[in-house]
Amino acid sequence: MSEIKGRLFTMSGIKRDHGRFKDIVRGRIRKNLKNFISQGEMIARQGKDGKVSIPMPQIRLPKFIFGDNKKGGVAQGEGNEGDPVKGMQEQPGQGEAGQGEGQHELEVEVSLEELAEMLGEELELPKIEPKGAKEVTTKNYKYSGINKFGPQSLRHYKRTYKEALKRQISSGVYNPEKPVIIPIKSDFRFRGWAESPRPQTNAVIIYIMDVSGSMGDVQKDIVRNEAFWIDTWLRSQYKDIERRYIIHDATAKEVDQDTFYRTRESGGTLISSAYKLLVDMVTKDYAASEWNIYPFHFSDGDNWSTEDTKVCLDMLREQVLPVVNQFSYGQVESRYGSGQFFKDLIEAFNQNEKLVASRIPDREGIYDSIKQFLGAGR
Amino acid sequence: MLTEELVKWRNLARERAVEYGLDFYEVIYEVVSDHEMNELASLGGFPQRYPHWRFGMEYDRLSKSYAYGLSKIYEMVINTDPCYAYLMSSNSLLEQKLVMAHVYGHADFFKNNVYFSHTNRRMLDQMANHGVRIRKIQERYGVEPVEEFIDCCLSLENLIDHHAAAIKRKRDPKAPEKDIYAATAKESPKLKAKNYMDKFINPIEYVKEQEAKIEEQRLVEERFPDLTDRDVLGYLLQNAQLNPWQQEVLSIIRDEAYYFAPQAQTKIMNEGWASYWHTKIMTKHLLTDAEVIDYACVHSGTVATQPGSLNPYKLGLELFRNIEERWDKGQYGRDWEECDDYIAKARWDKKTGKGRDKIFEVRKLYNDITFIDTFMTEDFCREHKMFTFAFNDRSGQHEIQSREFSQVKQQLLTSLTNFGQPLIEVVDSNFENRGELLLRHTFDGRELKLDMADLTLINLAKVWGRPVNIATAVEGKPILITCNGEEVKSKPLS
Repeated sequence: MSEIKGRLFTMSGIKRDHGRFKDIVRGRIRKNLKNFISQGEMIARQGKDGKVSIPMPQIRLPKFIFGDNKKGGVAQGEGNEGDPVKGMQEQPGQGEAGQGEGQHELEVEVSLEELAEMLGEELELPKIEPKGAKEVTTKNYKYSGINKFGPQSLRHYKRTYKEALKRQISSGVYNPEKPVIIPIKSDFRFRGWAESPRPQTNAVIIYIMDVSGSMGDVQKDIVRNEAFWIDTWLRSQYKDIERRYIIHDATAKEVDQDTFYRTRESGGTLISSAYKLLVDMVTKDYAASEWNIYPFHFSDGDNWSTEDTKVCLDMLREQVLPVVNQFSYGQVESRYGSGQFFKDLIEAFNQNEKLVASRIPDREGIYDSIKQFLGAGR
Repeated sequence: MLTEELVKWRNLARERAVEYGLDFYEVIYEVVSDHEMNELASLGGFPQRYPHWRFGMEYDRLSKSYAYGLSKIYEMVINTDPCYAYLMSSNSLLEQKLVMAHVYGHADFFKNNVYFSHTNRRMLDQMANHGVRIRKIQERYGVEPVEEFIDCCLSLENLIDHHAAAIKRKRDPKAPEKDIYAATAKESPKLKAKNYMDKFINPIEYVKEQEAKIEEQRLVEERFPDLTDRDVLGYLLQNAQLNPWQQEVLSIIRDEAYYFAPQAQTKIMNEGWASYWHTKIMTKHLLTDAEVIDYACVHSGTVATQPGSLNPYKLGLELFRNIEERWDKGQYGRDWEECDDYIAKARWDKKTGKGRDKIFEVRKLYNDITFIDTFMTEDFCREHKMFTFAFNDRSGQHEIQSREFSQVKQQLLTSLTNFGQPLIEVVDSNFENRGELLLRHTFDGRELKLDMADLTLINLAKVWGRPVNIATAVEGKPILITCNGEEVKSKPLS
């Protein structure tokens, strides 16, 4: 038989197909972003290094195929009748005889930045112009080089050792039988740093949630989802961002992130308690001239009394709105809430663009609500 | 290009394969990088194909799962003349030897198995041509609309008649046309009458009325497929309202579907056959002493069984070996079947020595279904600990259902029938006398996945150009699903 020299074939270039596929997947993410946001899959899959992997089923073209009432399959191995089939996934589906490959879930790795970008593009969110940012610049220090001089605390042990070793070998002092390395002054190496100026913008998100009896798990899930996307977006806009969490029923307290989502109290609601804490927090820690402040308040809109509501409105008008970039109120609809607070807010602050109130009737509503909150670009 | 070392081993493997009686189109081996292998595999082994995102999707999956160490493709071979085989460059020498021996098995199977006899052995060229044609169409009509139409066609890709090559189900398509005209010509609308009475018994209005009726009847009849048609793609190609470019796309998709069909039809046999020959050639001839352990490791990797699924390599290999042993010992025929003495059966050896001949015959004439149906015996089933399993809703897990031979075999055959695809055929193209297409799903207890069916119907309607229907059953009750192009409705069928 004859040997053929060189390549037997030229490839048509999978790159184009691959690129197109990726575009479609990206497009799919965009198109189905609504569903993704409400499915609550993102937060569960935040990986180690800030990556979120979106479980992305392959694009499967519809075909006439059998449904779930398929009768199982054939396999081989040990076990008695009625024993579970070891290693099978605990879900109905697959396992048809003679088929080599099972179903594949395609995981598309998307970084938080990419995610924020997609969100921004999909919701047409404007970039935020941070306040008080341009003047304040800080310097960023990064240990990036090696110097011959420096303080002992920055001595680079390994490099120093290497230099000494090199010198000893080249001068013939080094004895492999007795490998003692003694550095002299010129061998020492120190870590050096470089400065880079960067605009300093401080931003803080303050999440406030009503955890009274009427806020159920469904409502909290909606809040969690919405908070995740708000986080993602604001983090893409600010280099460092602080997050504080306040929960309230009749009284308010600051908690950590985990408690924020888990706590479920019962009893009444005094929204003013939360606003009081918010005002305290802002005056104590976040000077309005240097900080971009974003309070988000989620509630089902039930307040204890009209008097308390009046206190809230006053506080918002006089103490909160003047200092924050935007105050966002999200009303998660629940069966038990009257939703009165939303109406009160709209009535009182109809003209004030710093206050954005939005109603979130269900999971699907998250999309619109985010757009309302972040659409102004403040 | 092969290295000198590989050429040496290839020649040795080839020599042995020929000695054993394997008969193949010349195999041309090419060592490819992992990147190229993933690319080729995603294109089904053909370096030149039409542009489509689905190849990119496959590439994405393969290259990721290779990068993460989840899977590795050792080899790939395509059914052409000459036969092209790609070897992964990262294979060790031992793996290359094994893979080359394995490929000779596939090459022999491609050439000789009867289900491959209709396939185009110049498919490499044809695939490239398909690529050129679709690219031209895309240049002219735009990438998006053409891709969308390809998607529609691919969504119907499984609606082909897998036995089309073997059975002539239809009359010659030209013939009925003539018949119809002949029939109408002969058939007189006039009532029988003596010549002079004719204009009284058959007044001119009456004749015209009758002629119109006959014409209407003829048109109605003509539109019906005279027999049901499982080649739905072929039916659409001939009868759907398509532009020339759409017809061309559809015919390309259909050609390729038919080309790949026999591979799905003979997966167990083909892999079993190739595994049979790589073990034979390797263990008898090609292995060096130092390689035995490594060989055992690689080989057992290919025939390992996963819980919950059958490994076609393993099942095919064991069945071929079982057949060889039985025909070597004369364990077949009436005497064998009727013997119920266990000890006699265990010691049964008539030294017939027909094993090798038999397996060559089997590889020529059978496909997976007939292979399993004919040769899977109760003993085999027991020996290989086969069982059926099902999902138990109450416990929420898959459970072993039965080890009963008849059930295992039935289940296996059912899952192989029509490749585990529902049996769907065209029944009527003028359903309700409104030019609607009616498909029928032959219900065997397994329901269609309804949400998928709805979406498929929408695609089908795009191709057909008029509303489409499918008759199927849900929970044992017949229903009719109708799609007018956008909306999908279903109603019970009386």
